[in-house]
Amino acid sequence: MKSMLRRVLMLLATMLIVSFLTYAAFELISGDPAEAMLGTQATPARVEALRKELGLDAPFLVRYARWLLGFFSGNLGVSYSYKLPVAELIAPKLAVTLWMCLISFIIISVISLPLGVLSYQSAVGRFGWLHTTLNQFFMAVPPFFTGILISWGCGVILRFFTPGDFPDLHADPAGALRYLFFAAVCIAIPRVAMMLRMMRSTVISEMEKDYVQTAISRGNDRQGVLVGHVLKNSLVPAITMLGQTMAEIVAGGIVVEQVFGIPGLGRLLVASIANRDYPTVQAVVVILAFWVVFAGMAADLVNQCIDPRLRLGGES
Amino acid sequence: MLEIKDLHVKFHTRDREAVAGVTLTIHDGEILGLVGESGSGKTVTAMSVAGLLPRRQCDYRGEVLLDGQDLLHADRDFLRTVQGKKIGVVFQQPMNAMDPLIRVGEQVGEVLRIHTDMSPEERRRASLEAMDAVELDDPEAVYRKYPHELSGGMLQRAMIAAAIVIRPSLLLLDEPTTALDVTIQAQILELLKKLNAESGVSMMFISHNLNVVRKLCTHVAVMQRGLLVEEGSTADVFYHPQHEYTRHLIDAIPRRRKYQ
Ligand SMILES: Nc1ncnc2c1ncn2[C@@H]1O[C@H](COP(=O)(O)OP(=O)(O)OP(=O)(O)O)[C@@H](O)[C@H]1O
Ligand SMILES: [Mg+2]
Repeated sequence: MKSMLRRVLMLLATMLIVSFLTYAAFELISGDPAEAMLGTQATPARVEALRKELGLDAPFLVRYARWLLGFFSGNLGVSYSYKLPVAELIAPKLAVTLWMCLISFIIISVISLPLGVLSYQSAVGRFGWLHTTLNQFFMAVPPFFTGILISWGCGVILRFFTPGDFPDLHADPAGALRYLFFAAVCIAIPRVAMMLRMMRSTVISEMEKDYVQTAISRGNDRQGVLVGHVLKNSLVPAITMLGQTMAEIVAGGIVVEQVFGIPGLGRLLVASIANRDYPTVQAVVVILAFWVVFAGMAADLVNQCIDPRLRLGGES
Repeated sequence: MLEIKDLHVKFHTRDREAVAGVTLTIHDGEILGLVGESGSGKTVTAMSVAGLLPRRQCDYRGEVLLDGQDLLHADRDFLRTVQGKKIGVVFQQPMNAMDPLIRVGEQVGEVLRIHTDMSPEERRRASLEAMDAVELDDPEAVYRKYPHELSGGMLQRAMIAAAIVIRPSLLLLDEPTTALDVTIQAQILELLKKLNAESGVSMMFISHNLNVVRKLCTHVAVMQRGLLVEEGSTADVFYHPQHEYTRHLIDAIPRRRKYQ
């Protein structure tokens, strides 16, 4: 309970720091959003008026405090460039990105956890080198490149989806999810390769441990040792890495959304940075920060279920 | 009955044979103490019996016969029918030898799951009985604990329970008390003696401590650099040591206790 509270506080602190840093970063790099909105032809008087209207004339800290208050009262502000409440602007894009990341995450977990344990056999066997080479290759291919290949191969040639024509998530959920699936595969490929490599070295080091000798001495067969003992013990580092992966997927997603033309958070973020749309950028960044910390928390919780040594303040 | 005949084991990474021609016999109900300096090949000898030699990393020849059947060259499938069922193994470090993520009770009952078709409830009862036999207080509570929640002595008792739960004919104990403090060590020795007296299980007890061996074992074998330099009943070996190395070992026992 206490650790839960600490985690929630940490989550809040992280979001606070991240939001402050984004605010500060814009303060340093940015030009004037009012100028950006009105274009270069605008008279200084009009720019000044707009600045007042947007509250940009107030000092930096005051603006940040205003934003923070708004945030906690559920008001994310109004987008400068879209003239829409940020919450309304973000919601549909968040849904798209969440689905894409979720599918990608499922692909990564479903493939790499069992395969990671199985690959132990092939990795130490005769084809270890082939394994390593393939692994290096898939880890190194950048997602935008596989993105282009997949768009072309599965989209243009095989017509599984129409690149650039993303179906509406509400009107055609099946079509939208199919579209997202290919983007998700693209994000997943290097991650799966990384997970497999990590899992393999974990399994190899677990196999050296004493409890494996015990398991063999009790008459377990190879599968009994791997599935009955080593898999569970290898899971903790794997889950930790999956937590990191869940966070990194979002970053990978930004590029992939561009390549596939998916209207998600990534694209919105890139566009609003270009437009100096503070409120939108701010909201997206805080969501991403939340996502990252939340992923780590989720991984910790799962690990506590697996490994009793990680449970703080148990019965004993 | 276990017969080891002219056992040789040489690891590819070493020049010298780890075991260089060991011949010894453990009859039913005997407790053989295997002593010798570090690196003399005691563990490797025991591993050859338990089917735990890393076969790809070493050359081996000779015979290890358990009730007349060779284990040294047996295929894995056959070995598995013997491992755990006829031969139980207890290692030096109970904390590491247990799987940290599995409840102690389940680990005690693991051999039953592998070798019998008892129901989970039957296994549970048998495990609790074994845990009671090794004098663990409150077996029900220990059953539910994870290894990190128990002391070294309790864990080693649980490991012994896991080894005897299926009533094997041979126990291999590789320095089972070295990691424990002296009081616990004495308790475990008493326990082993009791188990041997009650069930007639044979044991190979590896130790550095001659004193311990003298108290527990019916027979003693002394190893040096992969060779068996002395073997016989405990009384013979202690009162009429033939080999100079054995005399040297006996002299190394603290005086006060030597003629107890
Ligand atoms: N897996 C292995 N690979 C290479 N050499 C090994 C391996 N296991 C044991 N040896 C070597 O075999 C020899 C005998 O080792 P063993 O473990 O049987 O000694 P021991 O008598 O049990 O010693 P200790 O009292 O320290 O446990 C040593 O020289 C050791 O280095
Ligand atoms: Mg040893």
